[in-house]
Amino acid sequence: MLARLKRDLTMAEAARGPGGTRVDHLVVAQMVERGSRVLDVGCGDGELLRLLEQRGVDGRGIELSREGVNEGVAKGLAVVQGDADTDLAAYPDDAFDYVILSQTLQATRRPREVLEHMLRIGRRAVVSFPNFGHWRIRIGLLLGGRMPVTANLPDTWYDTPNIHFCTIKDFRDLCEAVGARMEKGVALNAWGAPLRLNAPWWFWNLFGEQAVFLLTRKNAGPNGRTRAR
Amino acid sequence: MLGSPGPGSQMVEAQLNVKPDFSARVQESEQPRSQVVRFGPEQPFRLDAGVELAPFQIAYQTYGTLNPERTNAVLICHALTGDQHVANTHPVTGKPGWWETMVGPGRPIDTERYFVICANVVGGCMGTTGPSSIDPASGLPYGLGFPGVTVRDMVRAQAVLLDHLGIGMLLAVAGGSMGGMQVLQWAASYPERVFAALPIATATRHSAQNIAFHEVGRQAVMADPDWRQGRYLLEGTSPRRGLAVARMGAHITYLSDAALHRKFGRRFQDRDNPTFSFDADFQVESYLRHQGITFVERFDANSYLYLTRAMDYFDLAADYDGVLANAFKGTKTRFCVISFTSDWLFPTPESRAIVHALNAAAARVSFAEIDTDKGHDAFLLDEPELFAIVRGFLESAAAARGLAAARR
Repeated sequence: MLARLKRDLTMAEAARGPGGTRVDHLVVAQMVERGSRVLDVGCGDGELLRLLEQRGVDGRGIELSREGVNEGVAKGLAVVQGDADTDLAAYPDDAFDYVILSQTLQATRRPREVLEHMLRIGRRAVVSFPNFGHWRIRIGLLLGGRMPVTANLPDTWYDTPNIHFCTIKDFRDLCEAVGARMEKGVALNAWGAPLRLNAPWWFWNLFGEQAVFLLTRKNAGPNGRTRAR
Repeated sequence: MLGSPGPGSQMVEAQLNVKPDFSARVQESEQPRSQVVRFGPEQPFRLDAGVELAPFQIAYQTYGTLNPERTNAVLICHALTGDQHVANTHPVTGKPGWWETMVGPGRPIDTERYFVICANVVGGCMGTTGPSSIDPASGLPYGLGFPGVTVRDMVRAQAVLLDHLGIGMLLAVAGGSMGGMQVLQWAASYPERVFAALPIATATRHSAQNIAFHEVGRQAVMADPDWRQGRYLLEGTSPRRGLAVARMGAHITYLSDAALHRKFGRRFQDRDNPTFSFDADFQVESYLRHQGITFVERFDANSYLYLTRAMDYFDLAADYDGVLANAFKGTKTRFCVISFTSDWLFPTPESRAIVHALNAAAARVSFAEIDTDKGHDAFLLDEPELFAIVRGFLESAAAARGLAAARR
């Protein structure tokens, strides 16, 4: 039972679309307008940045791990070694059209401050994260009684960089707290397919293994529309 | 003008009545064994100190070929004790060029693709006008009569050289340490002439600790009785002991505790037991003495004073109302900042400050910190990660500037 659970949980991470592009990256990229200026916070080895640059985006990245940075820079990407928790403060207001936090929110020490900085630096923010409210995680914890360890989340609880897991509902509350408006949202199931758009929040929270949200500041103007629930 | 002979070296030798080894020294200043461009009295070079140098000359080397579009020029800025001999056998020491691991055919700064230029800095001693050059007013070496120089002066002189060579915009400017300071100054002073900038192991200002180390070095030179108030060339002496001590002290700052330990530990030099004397019992002592002795063969003591001073005075933000980001305001230059984990002379936070200022100026910047125990000197050494980053950054800059892709 547990073995099968683990395998299934890896599928969203492995889910790749045409050309081998990660599905969650495609979802993020589709939320970003061509020709815009983008900062990818926690850009890893720059896979998403490359995808964005292929789409005519002027992309920059911040990455904590030295190996990731050096790989990205050697590929010719504009990546800086830095920490989302401390280095975002150096960026001026409205420096970017989009600030992206792809699968990194759960690894930050102060997710709320990071999100606030993102909304300050960028006119829009895109956040993707693994949903800890997914039914398999709930059942794993309920029946297995242990924190899940999967290829998607491969570290044991005591040495994982992921220190701030949240559910889709939790994230919605955080957005509310920092004054962010959800303009678009996509939840992906375990196979990387998007869930029905008109599904209620509880359904997303239970069946979405990953979620991607496009956010704006609530005081930024009336152009955005909160996703109808 | 280019390549025309200066005052006859025999005549200079006779005038100075210097010892043979110094005639060689003065000769390298006046008649460098590299390319040289000379500017006569009608084209003076004005220094920040408010003084005009005339005549004025710049010694430089080039490698590779300038393409017809003139878009593939890469300027290398050398460090404190470097020179224009980046990738050729050094005419004085006979040793390989100081950055042959980085610059050459097929190297990260590939001379088969790029036209590489490196000029001796103003105030130097390898052929660009400096304190060992002949002062036209007296016909004798300037010595301490030479005006103070700044990093801005070095960069302005390089710009004069590029004008002479007919190069408008550089594909890239690259350099480490004092060379990195010049790179930053280039990006601030001539943003329209710098497509890409590679400041390595450097800072936007010299720290108090670094000024302190330089002061120790200068005092060592000036405490040598053979320094003769800077008139050693005239008096036929050489402050070699003082300069060697300065070099020994400085050399320690270029390494790291870990690197020294790895290389030498506490091992004895050619002996099994301590001699209970002040001989160089330890390998590390012998190594430092060797570094000091070989340095004085190729470097001018007064140049060392002037150039360390230029680094001390460097404070880029001070020229922009104390706000570093203003130095890069509106820049279109793409930057790649590199630091090394064990570099305690120009530690990573100095590079991070550059990156923060560039971020604040919305510049396109990459920043990598390379894990090594080799200290500040790592930028001159075999660091595969450094090579991969420089190669990748330059290739992407070249592609963005429309150069054909590298042959692989």
